[in-house]
Amino acid sequence: MKVLVPVKRVIDYNVKVRVKADQSGVDLANVKMSMNPFDEIAVEEAMRLKEKGKATEVIAVSIGPGQASETIRTALAMGADRGILVKTDQTVEPLAVAKILKAIVDIEQPALVITGKQAIDDDSNQVGQMLAALLGWPQGTFAHSLELGDSSAKITREIDGGLQTVEVKLPAVMTTDLRLNEPRYASLPNIMKAKKKPIDEKSAADLGVDITPRFKVLKVSEPPKRGGGVKLASVGELLDRLKTDGVLP
Amino acid sequence: MTSLVLAEHDNAALKDATHKTVTAAAQISTPVHVLVAGENCAGVAEAAAKITGVEKVLLADAPAYARQLAEPMETLILSLADKYDAVLAPATTTGKNILPRVAAKLDTPQVSEIVRVLSPDTFERPIYAGNAIETVQAPAGKTIVTVRTTAFVAAAEGGQAVIEKVAAPADSGLSKFAGETLSKSERPELTSARIVISGGRGLGSRENFKLLDSIADKLHAAVGASRAAVDAGFVPNDYQVGQTGKAVAPDLYIAVGISGAIQHLAGMKDSRKIVAINKDGEAPIFQVADYGLVGDLFKILPELDEELAKRGYK
Repeated sequence: MKVLVPVKRVIDYNVKVRVKADQSGVDLANVKMSMNPFDEIAVEEAMRLKEKGKATEVIAVSIGPGQASETIRTALAMGADRGILVKTDQTVEPLAVAKILKAIVDIEQPALVITGKQAIDDDSNQVGQMLAALLGWPQGTFAHSLELGDSSAKITREIDGGLQTVEVKLPAVMTTDLRLNEPRYASLPNIMKAKKKPIDEKSAADLGVDITPRFKVLKVSEPPKRGGGVKLASVGELLDRLKTDGVLP
Repeated sequence: MTSLVLAEHDNAALKDATHKTVTAAAQISTPVHVLVAGENCAGVAEAAAKITGVEKVLLADAPAYARQLAEPMETLILSLADKYDAVLAPATTTGKNILPRVAAKLDTPQVSEIVRVLSPDTFERPIYAGNAIETVQAPAGKTIVTVRTTAFVAAAEGGQAVIEKVAAPADSGLSKFAGETLSKSERPELTSARIVISGGRGLGSRENFKLLDSIADKLHAAVGASRAAVDAGFVPNDYQVGQTGKAVAPDLYIAVGISGAIQHLAGMKDSRKIVAINKDGEAPIFQVADYGLVGDLFKILPELDEELAKRGYK
């Protein structure tokens, strides 16, 4: 079966994010960009399915500027077979992303779409669910483990109270949580090989999707700062203070 | 102008997250209706009817909703959505699983995890793991939002809403529940506890993590963890506090052996008082802590436990 893995180019998770002084957004100039960590987990899971002989082809898709092809190359270096770049310099909101992915799914007909549960830039946690709904497919979000059958999949999900397993009919969408796997590093030979793998370039218009933003971002500001407090010498002193503050029973 | 709130419950009890979401809903569009979807959950509907500000409770009681799986829930909410200007769910794993499906089918963008309602169509929400706050205006039409519940006070109880049964549309049968492992705990729930004590990598092992238990018992506190501690296998995933785990805002948050990665801070920095216990006095956790104890946690924890016992906490 074919597996489609949407991957997003985001600010690297180790970079300290700075809000622009004019509050128009976050400063992305000269900042290291990487694949969204949850999407790396998605690529890894797809590769494991391929190594087990369950997936026949793994396709990485990214939506973004020309540089998003680097993110696709990362997926190709991890082992994905080919890439699709939907090129745009515009902000693409989650619903528009889901519509683009639906158009690609309609063309590629994968049995499984695996993507991160959220991107670490806008933290929306929407695309997988929206894509599943637009396709009329079931979903297994926040995946902790996957047991893939021929016509269905058992997906164990990280939920607030613990773990929940759902059985979904294929085709389906799965979104990854942190504990699904530990993504591999691409080896040098695989990075070289990835350079020769094909990346097909499309535009949203080619796919018939209107990506005009629907939201108006009025500003992006610094979160309220919490003043640092005092260091205390003993647990006795700590309990006295907490009692005075009224936070201890 | 009416808003619909998806109730958070486990068929037996209504969760506090619902009351908090009702508070947010009342700031967007009133009156507020609450949808209780589940199986044998009439008691939950009665509890929801007592929330102040709720005009009507819709009760969808059918086997298909026993686990509130996303696919049947999407169909149910869509069957009701016409009558509402705003549809809200708490940003729990249930709400986050369901609501984007509804939004997509209504061709309406969703605003995730709002922390403040500035006007009925304008919201603040954390982005970049809480490193920035985005102020966003939703387009005209229906408003669909999930609510970070720690940012809103719970609506009081004292109301008397009517309960109306709603019909269950046919289930697509695309998904079915196949089991669960829920953490059993006598302690309060992480997201609603008044005191939370969390451990990080500094605790070193699953065994050592139990050092928190005795203190948690004395304080009637919930136990949480940093992502590092969960990844290391000290505790299960549902302990995780942070941007990708649970957001908590108790009266008192005690961080033990947690360095304070930004993604952890994002999940707890709205706590009223924060205490940090860490051997590294330079750890970022001290920048948000009201009180810090710098030292070996394996010495400090037993001392704290003993001091609590001495002062009559048990």
